[in-house]
Amino acid sequence: MEERTNQGWAVEIEQLVKKFGSFTAVDHISLKVKRGEIFGFLGPNGAGKSTTIRMLCGILTPTSGNGKVGGFDIYRESEKIKQNIGYMSQKFSLYEDLRVEENLDFYSGIYRLSKEIKGSRKEWALQMAGLKDRRSSLTSTLAGGWKQRLALGCAILHEPSILFLDEPTSGVDPLSRRRFWDLIYEMAGKGVTVFVTTHYMDEAEYCDRLALINQGRIVALGTPAELKTRYMPEAVWELETDHLIDSLQALKESQRFSEVAVFGNALHVVAKKGEDLSSFIPSILAGEGIPPKRLEQIEPSLEDVFVSLIEAEDQENGGNK
Amino acid sequence: MKLVRLKAIAWKEFIQIGRDPRSLLLAISIPVFLLLLFGYALTLDVDRIPTVIYDLDRTPRSRDLADHFLRSKYFQLQSIAPNYSHLQEMLDRGQALMGLVIPSNFSRDLELNRDATIQVLMDGTDANTATIALGYASAITLLYSQELLLQKMNRLGAGKISPPIEPRIRIWFNPDLESKNFIVPGLIAVIMAILAAILTSGTISGEWERGTMEQLISTPIRNEELILGKLIPYFAIGMLDLSLSVAMGKFLFGVPLRGNGLLLFSLASLFLLGAICQGVVVSIVTKNQLLSSQISIILSYLPTFMLSGFIYPIANMPKLIQFITYVVPGRYFVAILKGIYSKGIGLEILWIEALLLAIYASAMTFWAYHRFKKRID
Repeated sequence: MEERTNQGWAVEIEQLVKKFGSFTAVDHISLKVKRGEIFGFLGPNGAGKSTTIRMLCGILTPTSGNGKVGGFDIYRESEKIKQNIGYMSQKFSLYEDLRVEENLDFYSGIYRLSKEIKGSRKEWALQMAGLKDRRSSLTSTLAGGWKQRLALGCAILHEPSILFLDEPTSGVDPLSRRRFWDLIYEMAGKGVTVFVTTHYMDEAEYCDRLALINQGRIVALGTPAELKTRYMPEAVWELETDHLIDSLQALKESQRFSEVAVFGNALHVVAKKGEDLSSFIPSILAGEGIPPKRLEQIEPSLEDVFVSLIEAEDQENGGNK
Repeated sequence: MKLVRLKAIAWKEFIQIGRDPRSLLLAISIPVFLLLLFGYALTLDVDRIPTVIYDLDRTPRSRDLADHFLRSKYFQLQSIAPNYSHLQEMLDRGQALMGLVIPSNFSRDLELNRDATIQVLMDGTDANTATIALGYASAITLLYSQELLLQKMNRLGAGKISPPIEPRIRIWFNPDLESKNFIVPGLIAVIMAILAAILTSGTISGEWERGTMEQLISTPIRNEELILGKLIPYFAIGMLDLSLSVAMGKFLFGVPLRGNGLLLFSLASLFLLGAICQGVVVSIVTKNQLLSSQISIILSYLPTFMLSGFIYPIANMPKLIQFITYVVPGRYFVAILKGIYSKGIGLEILWIEALLLAIYASAMTFWAYHRFKKRID
């Protein structure tokens, strides 16, 4: 397999644009992904995640901009890219009317695995997906999590150096999701670059670096820790009390905070950075006769970051999006 | 092109066809059903025309004339009408296609050397059958008149007289003039066309619809491997159906194959390849199974049925339509089938048709190969 080894970046894109008619799905995106990195692409549905991944895999032609995957140009060398990547599309895309084993055999034929390694790769994939006992089941009879792992198995039979996963865990139960991420870690540990899209916040935390994407544009890019500190324009306070709903009401009615929301058994109050709320919040609650149990400023979750960044951006664009 | 990938695609398609009972059932039932339907039901032969006779003369002479009609295999007595209205009713109800009225002075006129007349009433609803039946009726009447004339001249002592010209007719290629002998060979073209259209319509479009194509185009597979790999199973099924059709023609319908069977199969494989690739092109362009099968059927089955000369002779079509038939590949295949089957001729005569089919097959293959794009857009 041909591979350009003297390149530091697994993926580099610059000002990448994709338009469908008058709709701009991907709007001047630039980013670089290091070799061996787990790079997360986080964003709401329709943000342009799949479109970007498809352009990187060489199955969708960009409208403008530049891009290289594994050192190969996404316009001119898409067939070379295809030899070096594994791709798992958002929709399950194996043959449902083929048996588990037949799907693996099919893709090992397509990737022209040599006779010597064919058998061992198949056993490896069956082992990895936990499908050893179901090798002769029709693929259509598998549950979601198994299907995803089989799809992953087929996509990495040829041991690609870069792996593109488009929402690999959507519609999969939490246990299978966890297991899937263990596999991703394992792969990254072996030096495989993993480019993964998701809209699960907890999954985003597992990534080495993240790009937050909204309406085709990158809103923030960095490690999860960087996003929570540098990019977060506001501060989050956590309030614990026995009167959750009453407190929620009282704080909302005060109209002093950009957001008040229930978070588990506590309230998250979002306010301007640097503002000390340690006596202000209790004073509002005291008016309602509610004693606060615990109140402290916390590190925002990715979800907080995500919501406040996207809301800020939408407001900039007229607010009614 | 890598053989491993070709094999992987072809084998995958074989498995999928094998697991889909509908496509298997179609592949077997279409040729059997069409051959049975057309071979048995569609007969263009006109014989045993139901006839009603209204004989007002009631003499040995008039009965002799009626006998001449009924002795031929072309007319069959339905009833003797007691009155005119009965005859009319028989024709109205469609219980008889022809009415023969022999007037009361028929034999007297003959005796007196006057011109005798008879009336033939024909149901002209089906113009084709009526024309043919009328031909038979005229011929029988003419023969009978001739007989009477000869009898009379012999009686008058003119010695042994025979008509000056007697045609010695020999019908070539299909001596018994049996419809099935020309329907069954032509039908093979229709069967191939409809099979190719139905089987291939979903092959690419289905993969787009189910999302499996997106996975496939992200691999290093090449166009020729994908297209060719997909052709192989359908081609094999087509050849199987061809063998089935030829066998049914021979053993069930007794249609003689006068020419070279090997030549028949080779030229049929050209047509089949072209038709399959045409279906694949439609499947590539539409990316939608339902649309693809409908367009495919309109593009291949209809022209092969209507414009190939399979049943409707091209020479009888309006000039403009005749012109269109030149671009219908089925036309050349039907000519080849009929030529090899009935006339036993070979490439020395059919080479033009064979060449045109070869061009059709390679053009369609090339088109399918080029039209397929490993891109979503």
